[in-house]
Amino acid sequence: MSGIQNLSRRDFLKNTGITGAMVLGAQVVPSPLLAGARAQSTGASIQPNLFVSIAGDGMVTITCSRSEMGQGVRTGIPMILADELEADWQRVKIWQAPGDAEKYDPAGKDGQNTDGSRSTRHHLDVMRELGAAGRYVLEQAAARKWGVDPGEVYAKDHRLYHTGSGRSFDFGDVVDAAAGIEVPAGADAPKLKDPSRWKYIGRDMPVVDNYDMSTGGADFGADVTIPGMKIAVVARAPVYRGKVKSFDAAEALKVQGVEQVVEIPPLPDDKPAEFRALGGIAVIGTNTWSVLEGRRKLAIEWDDGPNTAHDSSTYDDQLRAAARDGGHVIRDRGNVDEAFAAADQVLEAEYFVPYFIHTPMEPPAAIVDANARPVKIVAATQSPNETRQYVAEALGVDKSEVECQVTLLGGGFGRKSKPDFACEAAILSQMTGSPVRVQWTREDEIRNGYYHAASAHRMKAGLDTSGKVTAWHHSGAWPSLIGLWAPAARTGHPIEYGLGLIDTPYDAVPNLRIENGEADVMIRVGWYRSVNNIQHAFAMNCFANELAAAAGRDPVEFLLELIGEAEVMDLAKDGVEDPWNYGDSVEEWPIMPKRLSNVLRVAAAKSGYGKPMPAGHGLGLACHRSFHSYVATAVHVVVRDDGSLHIPQVDMVVDCGRYVNPEGVKKQIEGAAIYGNTVARHGLISTTRGAVDQSNFHDYPVTRMNDAPLDVRVHIVEDFVHLRPCGVGEPGVPPYTPALVNAIHDATGKRIRRLPIGDQLKSA
Amino acid sequence: MVSIRINGVNRRFHGDPNMPLLWYVRDELGLTGTKFGCGMALCGACTMHVDGGAVRGCVTPVSFADGKEVTTIEGLDSEGNHPVQRAWRAHNVPQCGYCQSGQIMSAASLLNRNPDPSDDEIVAEMAGNICRCGTYQRIFAAVRTAAQEV
Repeated sequence: MSGIQNLSRRDFLKNTGITGAMVLGAQVVPSPLLAGARAQSTGASIQPNLFVSIAGDGMVTITCSRSEMGQGVRTGIPMILADELEADWQRVKIWQAPGDAEKYDPAGKDGQNTDGSRSTRHHLDVMRELGAAGRYVLEQAAARKWGVDPGEVYAKDHRLYHTGSGRSFDFGDVVDAAAGIEVPAGADAPKLKDPSRWKYIGRDMPVVDNYDMSTGGADFGADVTIPGMKIAVVARAPVYRGKVKSFDAAEALKVQGVEQVVEIPPLPDDKPAEFRALGGIAVIGTNTWSVLEGRRKLAIEWDDGPNTAHDSSTYDDQLRAAARDGGHVIRDRGNVDEAFAAADQVLEAEYFVPYFIHTPMEPPAAIVDANARPVKIVAATQSPNETRQYVAEALGVDKSEVECQVTLLGGGFGRKSKPDFACEAAILSQMTGSPVRVQWTREDEIRNGYYHAASAHRMKAGLDTSGKVTAWHHSGAWPSLIGLWAPAARTGHPIEYGLGLIDTPYDAVPNLRIENGEADVMIRVGWYRSVNNIQHAFAMNCFANELAAAAGRDPVEFLLELIGEAEVMDLAKDGVEDPWNYGDSVEEWPIMPKRLSNVLRVAAAKSGYGKPMPAGHGLGLACHRSFHSYVATAVHVVVRDDGSLHIPQVDMVVDCGRYVNPEGVKKQIEGAAIYGNTVARHGLISTTRGAVDQSNFHDYPVTRMNDAPLDVRVHIVEDFVHLRPCGVGEPGVPPYTPALVNAIHDATGKRIRRLPIGDQLKSA
Repeated sequence: MVSIRINGVNRRFHGDPNMPLLWYVRDELGLTGTKFGCGMALCGACTMHVDGGAVRGCVTPVSFADGKEVTTIEGLDSEGNHPVQRAWRAHNVPQCGYCQSGQIMSAASLLNRNPDPSDDEIVAEMAGNICRCGTYQRIFAAVRTAAQEV
């Protein structure tokens, strides 16, 4: 929790561009430190931040400390504060905070990294408190001006009213009287509105950037220019941890507009990749076209380094073997071996999911002026605070000497949590003495990215004579994203286990084992929208569908039976102590099988499941819990004679607990269907002798309008019991692929066990 | 030397005539509403109009537009109120917003040419523009709405 301060007329505001006469800030302090920090807060050592300011004309400026990448956070988070403040949304502006987790992580939970579908759940409470504090100060100020008891004053719709006389003030009329009014804490803290009085939270709101985004006026990473700036593109090693052996820049330097060609040193052998610059040859000049032309004319001889054995033709089978071998049991209930021995039927199947790459529409871009103090970064980054940290390391300066401004992000999907591109700009700026914008191309993004882990899954289950599952054994293998920090890692990290594997929701199965096999990390593996949930949801939902068929049972009834109706699934009973739970406690955000069963039932009802369908049509369902939310998806597919697909309707049921902007929820879930459609049908990164085979949208196709479902119906479950907000940005993706694959089976009888679907139906 | 009229303003360019229009408008003119997405005419983020028809700015050399009229998203409507832009806002289309300039320019070009497109014609035209946030359903609905207004 944080302490809230009235900072009006404080000197530090002079340089902020904030002209408000009334300003509220929150001291960002992790709760265990709060007592100590309060004692210091009157001193100069803690720099207050700004969260809401109100100008003399009544304009309210609300700080958004999270990065906007299409998830609507610049609308949703400020809506919370505006509601509690009783502000009029038409008189609210948004101010984008720079990277500074000490100031702008008011919940103190995630270092200002916009990632993990956690902005709303970590900010709902604190934004409400800030709004209520602002309302309190305004009411006190109005009472002061009228000389009345503050208890007779209330705020509503940007005005303050005196109950006795009917007099009223606009918010702007009282800000001059706001200075010095203390915001009480603890039991006397300003009272929050009762949810029944919310006017914005829970109501549809268009995004604040709608106009700019429809007129070309919105600024993304590469749209900002600073005086004296040069533009650079970098040629990077085709194989991870390859290095430049030699290069010849003579032809590149002849290109009009090219000014310099320099080498960014390679990653030192003893340093993990993390978010550091990869190294390579940079072409620097006055405009983007010139440096792209110059880069084409470079002659570079590469030392391919230690990862040339990373070749999909063999690596994929190594993953499959590792999944079969398992070796690291991470959850164990009952005794699966005995149950298999006693089973009426034992079934096995293997599933495979390849590497993916993010392909946000905006390739990474960052500007750094390394020669200014403080160092200036302008970047499309999800994680501006870590961007400062890695740029500081690259430059050999203290993080306190580095500032990071955040632009809009043209999509993020996890790629832009990793500021290697800003490190490149920093190094080049330091080398050349000029501010530098590094522009990544689509080829760079696809060939030198942070890849969603390829993975193999060996599924095994036992059925009794009544067709009930008596044992479930899931063994998975993948290169771990923890390899970014620990290159020798061969097993998954608890974070990856927590992404839909160790928390396998088939709570009604008496014998259950989850296992992890070993794999070498031979490329930069990173997180991607929904992360490992994608492959876990695919393997378990599709295998459950196979089992239902083998048992001759209805697949939805069968899945409901696996999940059961328990209020809470306690992993400690299966020997799992302290599982990673999206960074939150299981007490606050438990795993609740009955909420998963509920969304599945609703999806069956909404999609018309059970009704007869014409030949070639199929309906498939799947459900998954991720980022604390519960989503069930029903895909209606038509498989044509030539194997091509048409998807006339998708129903997606989401239980995300308390939500702020239902229009935002709907858009995220609609978009998740499209993102999932790419995963299911197209996504494939492969390697040959360590180098990524794909390069642009011709060989890394993504869903376009002509293969997209255009009737995605989002049904939000109103959950008035479990009001804690849950994630929305990512949870819609994982159930889409298994729902589609199950629908294809329903239509054709064909099982897809390897992604992408691609042309597997055409060869049949 | 290349002479182009861009968003109603006459321009002369003395640089490399092979420079794509995308980089000319972005780097030389500061018109950054047109976006870079792929560089190979595969994603449509750089869509602009030359004499009213859509082109992919990333592969269209400046020389192609010599003596022609170029319109970028900034010049589509002086108030940002082209029927396609209004429909985009009415349907709350954008998520991240990055591809939307190109989507809007493709839709406006379609409606210039064919004010009453069928659903299949909308899909065929708009399939050239990628959106990774997945706003296709709303784009489709917005183009239909805009078609009723032009």
